[in-house]
Amino acid sequence: MTETSLYVIQQLINGLTIGSTYALIAIGYTMVYGIIGMINFAHGEIYMIGSYISFIVIAGLLGMGFISLPVILIVALIVAVVIASTYGWTIERVAYRPLRGSNRLIPLISAIGMSIFLQNYVALSQSSRDVALPPQITGGWTFGDPSVFEVSFSYMQLLIWSATLLVMVLLTLFISRSRMGRACRACSEDLGMTNLLGIDTNRIIALTFIVGAALAAIAGLLLGLYYGVVNPYIGFIAGLKAFTAAVLGGIGSIPGAMLGGLILGVTEAMTSAFFPSEYKDVVSFGLLVLILLFRPSGILGKPEVEKV
Amino acid sequence: MMRKRFYNAIFASGIGFILTCMMVGISLNTEGTTLKVEGASAAQWTWIGIGISLVFLSQLFAGQVDAFLGAVPKPQLSKLLPEEGKRAMLKPWLLAALLVVMLVWPFMVSRGSVDLATLTLIYIMLGLGLNIVVGLAGLLDLGFVAFYAVGAYTYALLSQYFGMSFWACLPLSAGLAALFGFLLGFPVLRLRGDYLAIVTLGFGEIIRILLNNWTSVTGGPSGISGIAKPSLFGLEFTRRAKEEGATTFHEFFGIDYSSSYKVIFLYLIAVILVCFVIYVINRLMRMPIGRAWEALREDEIACRSLGLNRTMIKLSAFTIGASTAGFAGAFFSARQGFISPESFIFIESAIILAIVVLGGMGSQVGVILAAIVMTILPELAREFSEYRMLLFGLLMVVMMRWRPEGLVPMKRPHLELKT
Amino acid sequence: MSLLLDVNGLTMRFGGLVAVDHVDLAVKHRQVVSIIGPNGAGKTTVFNCLSGFYIPTDGSVVFNGEQVAGMKDFQISRKGLVRTFQHVRLFSKMTVIENMLVAQHRHLKTDLISGLFKTAAYRRQEQEAMDRAVYWLREMDLLEFANREAGNLAYGQQRRLEIARCMVTQPELLLLDEPAAGLNPNETKELDELIVRLRDEHEISVLLIEHDMKLVMGISDHIYVIAQGAPLANGTPDEVKNNPDVIKAYLGEE
Repeated sequence: MTETSLYVIQQLINGLTIGSTYALIAIGYTMVYGIIGMINFAHGEIYMIGSYISFIVIAGLLGMGFISLPVILIVALIVAVVIASTYGWTIERVAYRPLRGSNRLIPLISAIGMSIFLQNYVALSQSSRDVALPPQITGGWTFGDPSVFEVSFSYMQLLIWSATLLVMVLLTLFISRSRMGRACRACSEDLGMTNLLGIDTNRIIALTFIVGAALAAIAGLLLGLYYGVVNPYIGFIAGLKAFTAAVLGGIGSIPGAMLGGLILGVTEAMTSAFFPSEYKDVVSFGLLVLILLFRPSGILGKPEVEKV
Repeated sequence: MMRKRFYNAIFASGIGFILTCMMVGISLNTEGTTLKVEGASAAQWTWIGIGISLVFLSQLFAGQVDAFLGAVPKPQLSKLLPEEGKRAMLKPWLLAALLVVMLVWPFMVSRGSVDLATLTLIYIMLGLGLNIVVGLAGLLDLGFVAFYAVGAYTYALLSQYFGMSFWACLPLSAGLAALFGFLLGFPVLRLRGDYLAIVTLGFGEIIRILLNNWTSVTGGPSGISGIAKPSLFGLEFTRRAKEEGATTFHEFFGIDYSSSYKVIFLYLIAVILVCFVIYVINRLMRMPIGRAWEALREDEIACRSLGLNRTMIKLSAFTIGASTAGFAGAFFSARQGFISPESFIFIESAIILAIVVLGGMGSQVGVILAAIVMTILPELAREFSEYRMLLFGLLMVVMMRWRPEGLVPMKRPHLELKT
Repeated sequence: MSLLLDVNGLTMRFGGLVAVDHVDLAVKHRQVVSIIGPNGAGKTTVFNCLSGFYIPTDGSVVFNGEQVAGMKDFQISRKGLVRTFQHVRLFSKMTVIENMLVAQHRHLKTDLISGLFKTAAYRRQEQEAMDRAVYWLREMDLLEFANREAGNLAYGQQRRLEIARCMVTQPELLLLDEPAAGLNPNETKELDELIVRLRDEHEISVLLIEHDMKLVMGISDHIYVIAQGAPLANGTPDEVKNNPDVIKAYLGEE
């Protein structure tokens, strides 16, 4: 194989890795949007908080002398998910629920305020500088001709792929099989009607925020381990990317968010393969505008019928 | 009832405790190559304790707190002011007096104060511009700073490469920012409102990335320095004239050179620009186009049913708002003499939005007051400045919950009917 | 005389659902025509198609001799076909008089320069718009509330303001979507008189969706009945009243 094609394969692997974490974050946007029709701007910050919490737990356990990596990771996962979900729940309860039914702009501004607040809250309580964690999971497979180009697929990437896949399967089962999942689907069809049927929609909305935050925290843990660095500002760009992924796949659609995340990740990896890597943000944003222009309902979304 | 509220308060403080413990209570520290976890200091724990008790108490007395915040802090401005007829008579006098004070004041205070006032005036311009877009037309623009950047770089580049004067560049900067607004707005304004927010947010980032990376033209991260200051009919405010034969301000008037002339001159320009912006926007608000903006914010479907072309109306609001930002941007780069992409980050957009939200969406007086408060307060309380953005964010959430109409809500114009 | 509105084979599909199925309508100048039918029959969807909020899947809508199907909503309204809504849609934070002025947007000189400098032509136009607004507010008995916020009016007054706001655009055909919903008997009677006055004095046509049969039978020149999106019957009030299909659709099979 030529160098270019091997290089493309490498970028494809990297792109799918990043893309699957975008997908995890995007699900939070899409679920909330599907039910209350609002962009939760603070969602990216939840991801950032999830990353911080998992760093704290990992560093803490290592400091206390634990050496079993699987145990450390599982504890970090559980703590990060629980704390991030608590954040997600609290944000909804404090900043969005009291505003339900008011002008569309109002919860949106509240969400932006919340996002700025959380970012600075973390910057002040931790520090605004990068925090680095030494790589925990090292090694991997390599293939291809070493004299031409060596493609590597690390264990970390394998972990991200398999964890994402597992979470997606569990989520799909939850949405389609469980009672709460059914209520969720009912809410995204018609919130008012579901309420009339005696389902406590406030609880369902809170649940959406909790599930979304949990997935963002998982993404936070995985990406934190992958990059080895966090700072309080990573949530902003990640949020923007994940939102793009959600729109790309069709906002309101969970499979759409998964697909959108993967497509976006691969697109970005391919862009940075051939152009300066700063331009990958430009490309993903350009993609967002193009989709909104030509197919606002996204790849898997249903076209919206305006109610007059 | 009381018991339920008590449990509720316990629950809320428990949640609060968990949330603060995991962030404020434990912090990450890098020591060499290893990452260490440290507990918070005693002082921080005290603060956490105080915070938790506040949450507990506010939840315990949630009803009373809500009633208090909902009812008390609404100043009855109309009662403070004199009668409608009298006010109309007094208004021109008051405005004239205000203008005189604004013109005389800089000669009596320190250079630093004048400089701060100039900065405040820039934020007033930006606030008024964004107020058209967010407050009147109801379009959430999170990338407003992009148009500010376009204006600033337009002047900086034209001045650097072609030696054009500030006064010639001012309309060009506004025009180019308007063009950018038009080009961005044309495709995206047809979309739903919340998409607009995210697209403008992305646009703001793109402009910043481009400025950072297009090094050959914009100088990249190191920016552009040595931007020419405005001149007064060709008189420069430098110690020595740049070109042979040109005269400087102090030579022309035969006075000693002082750098504060320049500061005061810049301040006066800012006053004039702000007055111009206020006049134009005030007229626009009372014109059919201004009414159409507000109608669109109130009910888009009704607007369409009455023959209003929503795309054109939104576009006009977006474009005019952008041109105001461009205007402010050109002045900003002239004042600073140096610009870099660092001045045009998302936080700036957020601050301008906070000014509009705090002042009162749609209310010009409110936005002006909010801009003054938001620029001067952080300067007065320096030790406070690192908490500035934290408080801005919190303020936006709190305002939306208890006073979405802002501190000085917009007053509806009273139209005289000839019957 | 030619028809003011001539609708043929109007069809609207949403995915697999046929909401409106080959509906024909004809409205002459100075006529009150009603569309009746059970709830969910697709009456409002017909309105949405006529006023351009939906692009009809099939069929033609000819207004004043011109094909308007496929045009944008604001373009259709500028041709003189203006509607109200089932749920009142006012600019509720704006004053009553501002509501009336916004509606005349397209009649006004909107270029920025003349407005910024308050040229004579601009001022004259503003005055004309104001006069027209005052005229219609007086017609609708709303003049005393001119500087009140529209959202603070009583429900009946909001309904009247919505009609006034349409009239100030100088339409030829007014589409009223359940104007009597939520009105008390007294207000309904006033509405009845108002519609007749609009037809007889102001010489416009009215297309009406209404459930209040007394109102419909009293003022309509012609009635169309639709059920499940498809035309069921049409004729004068008496013909419709005695049509066995209509009775069946409303009362169900015995």
